[in-house]
Amino acid sequence: MPQTLFEKVWNSHKVTEIDGRTLIYIDRHLVHEVTSPQAFDGLRLNKRKVRRPDLTFATMDHNVPTNNRSLPIIDQISAIQIKTLEANCKEFGIELFDLHSPYQGIVHVIGPELGITLPGTTIVCGDSHTSTHGAFGSFALGIGTSDVEHVLATQCLVMDKPKTFEIRVDGKRKHRHAITAKDIILSIIKKIGTAGGTGTVIEYRGEAISDLSMDERMTICNMSIEAGARAGLIAPDDKTFDYLKGRKYIPKNYDDLVDSWKTELVTDNGAKFDKTFAINAGDIIPQVSWGTNPAMTSDVTDAVPYPDEYAKGNKSQEDAAKKALEYMDLKPGTKITDIKIDRVFIGSCTNARLQDLIEAADLIHGRKASPNVRVMVVPGSQQVKKQAEEMGLDKIFQDANFEWRESGCSMCLGMNPDILSRGERCASTSNRNFEGRQGSGGRTHLVSPVMAAAAAIAGHFVDVREWL
Amino acid sequence: MEKFHKVSSTAIPLDRANVDTDQIVPKQFLKLVQRTGFGKFLFHDWRFDQDGQQKPDFVLNDPKYSNSHILLAGENFGSGSSREHAAWALKDYGLDVIIAPSFADIFYNNCFKNGILPISLQRNVIDELLQTKSAIEVDLESQTIRCDSKTISFAIDDGRKKTLLEGLDDIAVTLQYEDKITSYEKSHAL
Repeated sequence: MPQTLFEKVWNSHKVTEIDGRTLIYIDRHLVHEVTSPQAFDGLRLNKRKVRRPDLTFATMDHNVPTNNRSLPIIDQISAIQIKTLEANCKEFGIELFDLHSPYQGIVHVIGPELGITLPGTTIVCGDSHTSTHGAFGSFALGIGTSDVEHVLATQCLVMDKPKTFEIRVDGKRKHRHAITAKDIILSIIKKIGTAGGTGTVIEYRGEAISDLSMDERMTICNMSIEAGARAGLIAPDDKTFDYLKGRKYIPKNYDDLVDSWKTELVTDNGAKFDKTFAINAGDIIPQVSWGTNPAMTSDVTDAVPYPDEYAKGNKSQEDAAKKALEYMDLKPGTKITDIKIDRVFIGSCTNARLQDLIEAADLIHGRKASPNVRVMVVPGSQQVKKQAEEMGLDKIFQDANFEWRESGCSMCLGMNPDILSRGERCASTSNRNFEGRQGSGGRTHLVSPVMAAAAAIAGHFVDVREWL
Repeated sequence: MEKFHKVSSTAIPLDRANVDTDQIVPKQFLKLVQRTGFGKFLFHDWRFDQDGQQKPDFVLNDPKYSNSHILLAGENFGSGSSREHAAWALKDYGLDVIIAPSFADIFYNNCFKNGILPISLQRNVIDELLQTKSAIEVDLESQTIRCDSKTISFAIDDGRKKTLLEGLDDIAVTLQYEDKITSYEKSHAL
């Protein structure tokens, strides 16, 4: 029977059945400082070991400062969490890319760039944006801390088989630089909603997906969780295999694996998905979120919607939109391009890879940040930072008065000192515009890196198609 | 994990759609390295003002609900971040049952790991429950909710039900299949 790519990955990782549920083998486990300490404590309490430390990799990203790395960490509670991860990795024999490692970075940026992420594998991490790794044709999902402990102890996860969801993005983007992967995924979430993918694994397909680079595909898969999906994936192709070739942790028989992946890791002709949605890339223009969840997003040419029009008769959505506008301090009917901003954040596991930084830097062209706007550029990893500096991007940003910082999650979730002050409004390349996400009382608008860079210069949102 | 018993109490009405885990426990409280004591951070930014005083208009601060063990929530409850701290905070606060039209996947799973029963019901049934002033009784064994003389059935996966009823340590359960894991590893090295 024809199978989807996801079904093939699922079936090849079944260990056994337990009480009607499936025990799935996990090929790679990524660990960070925030969601792991309680899991390691649980192991100690029950005198259990890490079953496969060789398949487990750790880094610290969520609460690390992004200023000078040679300075001590001022936040003592963060410092304890970081020290705890160091101690746990030492005790259980897990490889750790610590603050001084050339490989440190956001866990979902370093997995692919180190070749830990591989096609056809199962990958977990105690972080919802683990869906990012699906860009390589892996089944990659975020889990809670109890499941982190379960995977550490057993290298397996007990799961119910998710349903399959095909999202087709046909056609071509009208403007390759102004209309980005971020605009594609925000457009999808805007249409299907934040629960549109609940209980499913999305496979992104179609011409506009094949056209994307690996960095761009990661942006798409990264935000699968914002549509509520368990995971998102894209069938691997030559771009995938070329990206991974020569990376530090790929298996020795990589070339042989590629040969088998090429034939196996595809959705068979005639395979049925439980659900399908299609969108044409030619209809997509730059996106800006206006509310407090990622589905509350508009075309840059639109205005902030009226809650009743937005909700189309759904009472709870209307209430949510009203609350969102109140929190965001926005009036319905305000043109998106009239919204002024105080801060810009270019970073996160969604948009802090090299291509994101190149595109943002290309847009600047000798222009400077608006004097009223503070701009932070936070590369996704130390390797991204080094490559960007070799290309002179750091100079371009600094000449424009954009701050060039060390790698980490930073203001995507504001667990480190990089936060918005109450009432500040931010154009952000991150993935969540939830209340208080970037700092208590802060207001987040989700955009692409080029939209963020343009807003930094103009001091308000602009239709970046007019600049490129 | 403790065995799940019957729960009977008034239900806290929190009828908002898409309540994300950032609201359930804001990030400033994720730096702790233990599982306990998160109840005081539950819905922190909705419960407390900038000076740490309770906001009187937020439903959790209504003394009527100070002994409630059931939360009546809106659609897609628990969306966003995978932080299990959200489940730890709800449980530590005293909530054992969450009833909503739908849940986000990771949060739903995290509930079972912490002795919380998440129940999905149709929107119109929840609307009825929101109207009631009396106590609601939730019985996992019979998969029923009793409210004002009405009985409502709910669905739950058998494996998950067993985990809650027996308070199973699911790592210990999985480790019983050690030989199967080992043989899988022998044939699937990557």
